[in-house]
This record gives sequence, structure tokens and C-alpha cells, in this order.
Amino acid sequence: MESFWEILGEAFGLILAWDSDLIEIIGLSLRVTLTAVAISCVIGLPLGAAVGAFRFPGRAAAIVVLNALMGLPPVVVGLIAYLMLSAAGPLGPLGLLYTPAAMIIAQTILVTPIVAALSRQVVEDYYREYAEQFDSLGVGPLDRVAALLWDARYSLLTVALAGFGRAVAEVGAVIIVGGNINHVTRVMTTTIALETSKGNLELALALGVVLLAIAVAVNGAAMTLRASAVRMAYV
Amino acid sequence: MFRRIVLALAAAGFIASGPAAAVDKFIVVQSTTSTQNSGLYDHILPLFREKTGIEVRVVAVGTGQAIGNAANGDGDVLLVHSKSAEEKFVAEGHGIARFDVMYNDFVVVGPAADPARVAGSKDVVAALTGIARAKALFVSRGDDSGTHKTELALWAEAGVDVAAASGGWYRETGSGMGATLNMGAGMGAYVLVDRATWTSFGNKSGHRVLVEGDPRLLNQYGIVLVNPEKHPNVLAGLGRQFVDWMLSEEGQAAIASYRVDGRQLFFPNAGG
Amino acid sequence: MFDAAPDTTAPTPLLPGESPPSALLRARGLRFDAGGKRLIDGIDIDIRPGTRTAIVGANGAGKSLLLRLLHGLIRPTAGEVLWEGRPLDREGRRNQAMVFQRPVLLRRSVLGNLRFALAVRGLAGPERKAREAEAMERSRLGDLANRPARVLSGGEQQRLAVVRALACAPRVLFLDEPTASLDPGSTHAIERLVAEAHESGVAIVLVTHDIGQARRLGDDLVFLHGGRVVETGRAADVLDAPRSEAARAWLQGRLYLDAPCRLDA
Repeated sequence: MESFWEILGEAFGLILAWDSDLIEIIGLSLRVTLTAVAISCVIGLPLGAAVGAFRFPGRAAAIVVLNALMGLPPVVVGLIAYLMLSAAGPLGPLGLLYTPAAMIIAQTILVTPIVAALSRQVVEDYYREYAEQFDSLGVGPLDRVAALLWDARYSLLTVALAGFGRAVAEVGAVIIVGGNINHVTRVMTTTIALETSKGNLELALALGVVLLAIAVAVNGAAMTLRASAVRMAYV
Repeated sequence: MFRRIVLALAAAGFIASGPAAAVDKFIVVQSTTSTQNSGLYDHILPLFREKTGIEVRVVAVGTGQAIGNAANGDGDVLLVHSKSAEEKFVAEGHGIARFDVMYNDFVVVGPAADPARVAGSKDVVAALTGIARAKALFVSRGDDSGTHKTELALWAEAGVDVAAASGGWYRETGSGMGATLNMGAGMGAYVLVDRATWTSFGNKSGHRVLVEGDPRLLNQYGIVLVNPEKHPNVLAGLGRQFVDWMLSEEGQAAIASYRVDGRQLFFPNAGG
Repeated sequence: MFDAAPDTTAPTPLLPGESPPSALLRARGLRFDAGGKRLIDGIDIDIRPGTRTAIVGANGAGKSLLLRLLHGLIRPTAGEVLWEGRPLDREGRRNQAMVFQRPVLLRRSVLGNLRFALAVRGLAGPERKAREAEAMERSRLGDLANRPARVLSGGEQQRLAVVRALACAPRVLFLDEPTASLDPGSTHAIERLVAEAHESGVAIVLVTHDIGQARRLGDDLVFLHGGRVVETGRAADVLDAPRSEAARAWLQGRLYLDAPCRLDA
């Protein structure tokens, strides 16, 4: 086995070579995960905010369920999505199996509970400060959710990042519903799995370093955004 | 400012994906990881596409999963190497008919140290008996795949009860060929593997082919068209074109022409 | 111990020829229990249009609680709060506004905070812009319109909170110790805003522990002790010549907490 530095060098070599296959794979990874995170936020943020801000019967149970669903194993999510999208399944006629759309669906199922559970916590903390003032101003429930989501936007950015991190690093879900088909549904993580199964461990590790670099870049960008937010007391 | 960042990220995600694969015709073939990993498909499928314009999308999973997927109608063609399972597939009405398409052979690979002293043997049953007697580490796929079924049949012939030894010198990984080989290499254990996978495997780590050439090590691949009557979404016309091509002189020649390190990995034997 | 019968409904003395204006906000028999304790124990109070009422008392007397009950933020255990004769509901609350001891501002610009409150009222377009401009002018925060509201100083934030409340055109403005943590300059600015609001007809209900402020901003005074109204009257009268023992003790600085107190006569 090569040394760590050799593998690091190989990773840089891959990036610098700008290999078209690699670029395609990275592009698909980002497209699938970013889309899934975006959809998860559209569903999960208002859901989490509503559970965080409002009192309703069964609220405690809802919170427990949301938190528990954060621990859904990706491979189980993949199985569930496969059973839904399979030709033998209820959504079979849509013909989504083995396409990037199926991967987006699977990752959305995976990430939405994370976004909902974490945003619930964030919004609940923010809401404590505002509840009385909202009552006084006569703010309706929808406006409250909207105001809280906007107010907590930088903390919620961290929530979205958590979802992104989970999705971009998982392989279990996308490999079952995507099929790891070359040039169609092959992403970073499934490529790493493939190269590992072919015994090309150094290449797999180098790809892992590339994936890590992408994750670092995304998080770094978010960090600088937050830094400016702190200065404006927007956090 | 915040809005702009979000939009930029979204745009980047979509743009980075590159041009969408706008293909007119494609079929899905359910096959095995060992076939995929050998690189055979990368060699022959472009030839098929050039001839017919049909893109073949290969879903490479374990044999059992490939058959299961096809039985759900999630593939147009099934190409695995487990004759009895393939025939059962057809008998249950999931497939129209099963054809021999190619074969290769299995080999037993093991550590250079060769604790069971089986190197050079041309009798796999005797070799396995030796491994069992020496209680030398042996890693099995344990996943009901074609390779696994062949392996179990050989142990049976050798009269060894591997189920009883599981967890001891006999380790079942429940994984694909690649993962199993990685483990075998890591543990210094013997592994039964098809030659094509072994030749193209990148982590040999000092292991060598120790047993080969036994007629019982034949590994037959079969191709089956999924039954459109049972699964109406199957693209039977396009699928049939693929099956026909694979069995045709042209397809068989393509299979034969695939080499790794100058070595032919698959031997076409359609029609008998 | 103060067991003098509470004098709860002392009417505001009228000028000759003036007929009593009907109460805007009327509370009857207000009671509030929590944690096994009775925190508000049978309060009746009237708030008439355009009046200035100061509510004072020791810590724990129930002043802030009373304010919240009157504003409808908390539901009483017993008793009722009537707005213009009808039970106080969300509609009625729209005619009121409240400023808290610590300003509660959203994490957006100064102008954004104003806009939010006005948008909640359903205001848009030129009318909303007009009110925003007026509020900015009044608060003298014009230069800071686009600054993040929460980087402003405490005094500036509270000024914003006050003009935000007033921009909603309330008929009653509640203030809960609005200048308790502010420096004299900011205190003066807030008091000026409150005075201006009163001049334009807004009824003021102010909770304060600052005697001077009660004198400056209050016409009527309500002295709370043990969750009850123990004394009430014109501010100057009560502050110069308190009749109840509790009020006297508080004014002399001998009453810090609302606890049973043994007094020397």
C-alpha cells in the first residue's frame, strides 16, 4: 500500500488532470445531493419550525419520531425507495428507477428528517425569545414560521450543511436505487465503492480525498458566510 | 446577500452536472459485479451501441439481487452465471428462455506462504480437502451467488461440512467478490474466484493463483430476456436485439477479443 | 401586614362639565394562580382613553403580570378583561401595543423590523412607507435605517421598539419598565416618545420602579402589593401623601420585595 502522502498526491493529480470522467462523477454527485438537500429544506424547514414553535397534542411524540428518523440507515432508505420505484412497486410506472431522479428521491428521504429535527431545535430556541412579542404584535402562525425561519437563517444554514454532509457521503441509498450505472448514475461514493471492490484501494482513497476536499470547500464557504453574519448580530 | 449565495450554490450544482445524457434508446441489464469489474462490458457494449444505437445500462449487483431485480421487472435482460437459478427464473415465467453465452473458469487463489500446500494442484476437490484438514483460513462470499453456489458444490463433493466450520477457519463475508478478495488478501486466506475478476483485481497483495484447470471449475454464463408478458414495461424488442447480438458471431467475437494483460478472460460458447 | 380594604375603583376626578369617558379597557376580578401561588388576587382596573396610568410596587408585586393580563398575553385564572365592552380577543389586541423591558428585535435591519410589524397589520404600499418614515423621524434613527437592528445600543434598540409599537397606531400603549436598564439620555428619549404618543391620544399604561418617572409620565397611579391594588389615585397625590402602609414603605425605600413585612409605624 502506498503511503498517505502518495495517496494525497494521487488525489491532487486526479483533480489537476481534470479528467472528464471524474468531473462528470463529481458533477452528478453535487447535482443529486444539492437538489436533494434543497427539496429537503423546502419540506423540512417549515415542518421543523412549525413543530418547534407551536404547541399541539402529540408534539412530544412528533419530536421523538423526528429525532429518531435522523438515524435512518442509508441502505434501509435505499431499500424503501427501491421498493417504491421498482417496476413491481407502486411508483414503478414512473420509470424513475436507475436514474438520477431516483437518487434524489432517496437522498431527500434521508435528509428531510435531519433538516426537520435540527431546525425544530434551532427554531424552538429562537422562538423562546420572540413568543411574547409575536403575541403582542398579533403575528399569525404562518407569518411566525416565516419570520422564525428567516431570523434563524444562518443557524439553519448549518442545518442544511449537516444534511449535505450526510447525503454527499452516503452510498447505501444511491447505489440501490441508482444502480451505479456508468455515465448515468455513478457518483463519488459509488465510484469509491466500485474501485474498492475492484481492489484499486489507492484510487478509492484518492477519490475519498477528493470528496473530502469538496465537503471542506462547501463548509468553508458557509463558514465565511456565518462570520459576516456574526458581525451583524444576525446569528 | 444571503439569497445570492443560495442561488449561486443551486446554480453551481446544476451546471456542474454537465450535459444530460439524452439518449434515444437504452435497456437495463441486470448482471453481476464480477462480470462488471472484469471490464468486459466496457469493452463490448460500445461495439453494440455503435451497431444498433442502443445504450446498455448495466446494473451490477450480486447474483441473487440481479435475479431478484429482474424478477421485479427492473431490467430488460439478465446476465449472470448461475445456471440453476437462471433456469428457475425462466420456469417461474420471469424469463422467456435461457441461453449459454460464454464461460470462464474459477481459480483458487491464496497467500504465497500456502499453508495447505495446494499450489499447482489440478484437482480442486483434493485441494479443498487439504485446506480443510490444515484448517487454513478460507474466505467465502457466502451470498448465494453463482460463485458461492459453485464453491458449496465443491465442498460438498469434498465431504467437508463448512457450515460447522463457519467462524473458524471458514469465513463467510456475505459480500461481493471484490470485498471478499480484499478480505482474503488482508487475512492471508484462500479464496475461490473467477479468473476474470482475479486478473483485473487491483489488490492482489502477494496472493497467487494456486489451483486451476480442473473441469469442475467451469463457470458458465447465461443470458435471459425478461418476459414482457409478465412485466409489460420491459423493452422486449431492444432487449432481444441485445440477446441476439450477444449470441451472434459478432457478439461472440467481441467477447473473445477482450483481453487483460494479453490474456483472454471470457470464452464464448453460445449454441452449445 | 397590609389588610386595609383595597380601594380599587377610585375614579379619576373630573373637571366641571366633563362627562366620564367610558373605559377602553376594563378588568374585573382578575385572578392569576401559578405554581400553587396566587399571584394576582382580585384586581379591578379601568383604562380610559388618553389617560396615563403608572403601575408601581415592589418586586414580585405582580406588576408585569398585570400588564400581560391586560394585554391579553396571559389568560387569567378567573375574572375578565373587556375591550370596549367585549371580551378581549385578537381583534381587540390589535388596538394595543406593548414595549418590554428588553427590546425584542428580529435579526434584520432597523427598517426591516418596522416593516415586519406593519406588514403583520396588513399595511403595504404608500401607507406603510409613510408610517415607516414617520417612525424613523420620530425615533431619530434615520441614519441607522439599514443597520442590523441588534447592533444598535440598548437605548437605540428600545427607541426602535417604542416607535415600532406606535407605528401600529395603538389606542393603548403598555410599557413594562422600558427604561430600567438604560442610561439617563436614552431614558429621556424614551420618555419623550411616550409623551408625544400621549399627546396624540394614546392611553399609556406604564409599569415602573422609578418614582420620578411615575411622576413624569403618570397622571393616575396604581400601587400594587401582594397581587392586589392597595392604593390608587392621582400620581402626585399618592406619591406625596401615600395613605397605605405599603405605599409609604415603598416610597421610603423600606419595601424591596413583595413579602409580608413587619413595619414600624
